[in-house]
Amino acid sequence: MSTTIAVILFVAVTAYAVFGGADFGAGFWDLLAGGAERGNAPREVIDRSIGPVWEANHVWLIFIFVVLWTGFPEAYASITLTLFVPLSIAAFGIVLRGASFAFRKTVYRTGVRRDFGAVFAISSVIVPYCMGAVAGAIASGQVPAGGKAGDPWSSWVNPTSVLGGVLAVVAVAYLAAVYLVWDARRLGDPGMERYFRLRAIGAAVVAGVTALVGIFVLDADASYVFDGLTSRALPLVVASALCGTASLVLLLRDAHIGARILAMGAVASVVVGWGVAQWDYMLPTSLTVADAAAPTGTLQAILAATILFVLVVVPGFAILYTLDQKSLLPDEGVD
Amino acid sequence: MAVTFAVGAVTGTVLTFEFGLLWPRFMGHWGEAFGVPFAFEGIFFFTEAIFISIYIYGWRRLRPWAHFWTGVPLPVVGVLGAASVVAANAWMNSPQGVTLNSAGEVVDVDPLRVIFNDAMPLMAAHMIIAAYVVGGFLVASIYAFAMLRGRRDHYHRIGFIIAFSVGAVAIPIQMGVGDSLARWVYNNQPEKFAAIELVPETESDVPETLLGHLNSDGTVSGGIPIPGLASWLSDPSTGKDTVVQGLDTVPESDRPTIREVNVVHLCWDIMVGFGTLLFLLALWYWACWVFRRDMPKSRWFLRIASLAGIVAIITMEAGWVVSEVGRQPWIVYNKMKVEDAATANTGVWITFILVILLYLGLAVTTVLVLRNMSRRYRLQDGSGDDDVPYGPSGPNQAAREPVGDGVTV
Repeated sequence: MSTTIAVILFVAVTAYAVFGGADFGAGFWDLLAGGAERGNAPREVIDRSIGPVWEANHVWLIFIFVVLWTGFPEAYASITLTLFVPLSIAAFGIVLRGASFAFRKTVYRTGVRRDFGAVFAISSVIVPYCMGAVAGAIASGQVPAGGKAGDPWSSWVNPTSVLGGVLAVVAVAYLAAVYLVWDARRLGDPGMERYFRLRAIGAAVVAGVTALVGIFVLDADASYVFDGLTSRALPLVVASALCGTASLVLLLRDAHIGARILAMGAVASVVVGWGVAQWDYMLPTSLTVADAAAPTGTLQAILAATILFVLVVVPGFAILYTLDQKSLLPDEGVD
Repeated sequence: MAVTFAVGAVTGTVLTFEFGLLWPRFMGHWGEAFGVPFAFEGIFFFTEAIFISIYIYGWRRLRPWAHFWTGVPLPVVGVLGAASVVAANAWMNSPQGVTLNSAGEVVDVDPLRVIFNDAMPLMAAHMIIAAYVVGGFLVASIYAFAMLRGRRDHYHRIGFIIAFSVGAVAIPIQMGVGDSLARWVYNNQPEKFAAIELVPETESDVPETLLGHLNSDGTVSGGIPIPGLASWLSDPSTGKDTVVQGLDTVPESDRPTIREVNVVHLCWDIMVGFGTLLFLLALWYWACWVFRRDMPKSRWFLRIASLAGIVAIITMEAGWVVSEVGRQPWIVYNKMKVEDAATANTGVWITFILVILLYLGLAVTTVLVLRNMSRRYRLQDGSGDDDVPYGPSGPNQAAREPVGDGVTV
């Protein structure tokens, strides 16, 4: 039973990385787009591609937290006690990011737009970094079991956390670039299509290099996860590399939908790979999933809630997504 | 709307961080029980978020009936969501459905008993009806304000009548439910009831003290005592002979402090007092319908009605203060104290101040941006709050006026 709930938890983590990640990545490219003049065209594509309605993607994050604190309360207490700082920064970043993005859409003056845009873009980079650092801290065993606090700083300022943070930023940037190529094409802007294609390739290369460096970091700093990644999670690592490469090939050949799906696959298999690699620990290597799990009654309730989630929320999301893709849900503001 | 949606979504997301960042020990110890109603609340909340965004964003593009149907799930999931989240709070008052071992750790959970704990039905009903009271009077107060400014067209009349009727139906029901809930507290949380009624020592023939406060030596001063009423209300069958348990029956460390008692009592008076005023206003409204076949149109009625929304909000918040402060020092009644549940992290004060500043900044910016937008829209097409693609049609429908000095922000 605890295994089922842990799998549900990880499916939600993967969904957040794939769906929410691209929103953060768009902010990354917004940050690098240059001054108000030069960056106008790419920002236009970004603005049209993600509406404020996509803040709804945070439902995944909320779901993750609810399952974690209900199903694995001890692990949740340990994580929030130890990683107070990066989680607080991430929380601030999420608020600033979503709000300033919505504000930017509604104001005219260039100066104000630039200020809101800067807050949106910078926090879009900081939040995935913090999330990645939190993942790195958990993977490298910096979070002690028993609802106790680990070190408030070295727990997330260490090689594995830095690796996790950088990898998260690069991965969401890559995802977003691939999505934005498709959006630029829908908008009929070949210049921007080229622009984001170049960036997708660049991000993919950086992601590949980061992953290679990461192997050595993990070997030295997070041996349990390293062993997992090189044994039972190895197929997923290989799958990620293959998906990533194949998505670039498709991108160069203008097969955008395929490229999108494969890019999602590349990111998803890394996240799932992390989960498989640290199995059967919730907090390697001090707390196993089975030991961390709540009593059976609670787990059954979570399972029931999850089934309801799949039956009710997922179709709702599908409707929302379809209507948005058909441009039936126009934004207000400056168009 | 996009702005309010985005700001609402992100500030709501942060709440799930705060549970752990502020109350790690509480969540670590009781998460397996307390989290259960939240898991279901999450489902209803997500459904609400999705359908409300379809409803809002699809307003102009979807066909009218298709659009209407996307709104239908909203009240259902809204009520269910409210019931679930109140169930979590009710569980803190009545922590049932958990089996503890000798070390006090949770070893078994009965999810249904956790959700449907003894405090839940009355608390959930009280809150859901409160939501209708607040929603009804708040919306009505905006129309009342507009009518005071001379906008007495068909649209404003309908807007007022629908909203005010909701509030005016809900408020008498609310008083009945509240009365039952108070009796539940009398039976199950005697020290909270003692704080509410300002009862330092156990006795019968307890007066209902309006205002007044408890001194540190255990005497009550000030206020207007109504002899025997508190006893009589606690159990009408035994009348003023009903014994009300005093604060002194519980060790000092396990009951609210003197200051907390005074806060609870004051907020109780505010809740009951303002609730009664709203009830009288509703009586005025219904009396006019019965005797004159029309809503009251005097300026005095509209003036009071335009304040009813704010009064309703204060009433509801005062009720929450009674419930929460009255449970002190416990976070989980008779099981865990607040001081053992909160974070010991010293950085929490820094983040607290930052959060206050951030939310203040957000609130100000949101209002500025919204005002800016509404000004721009009016300049563009002169349409205002009655600019809807479909809706009630009536005699004055053609007489839409350009909005120059409206109250919509």
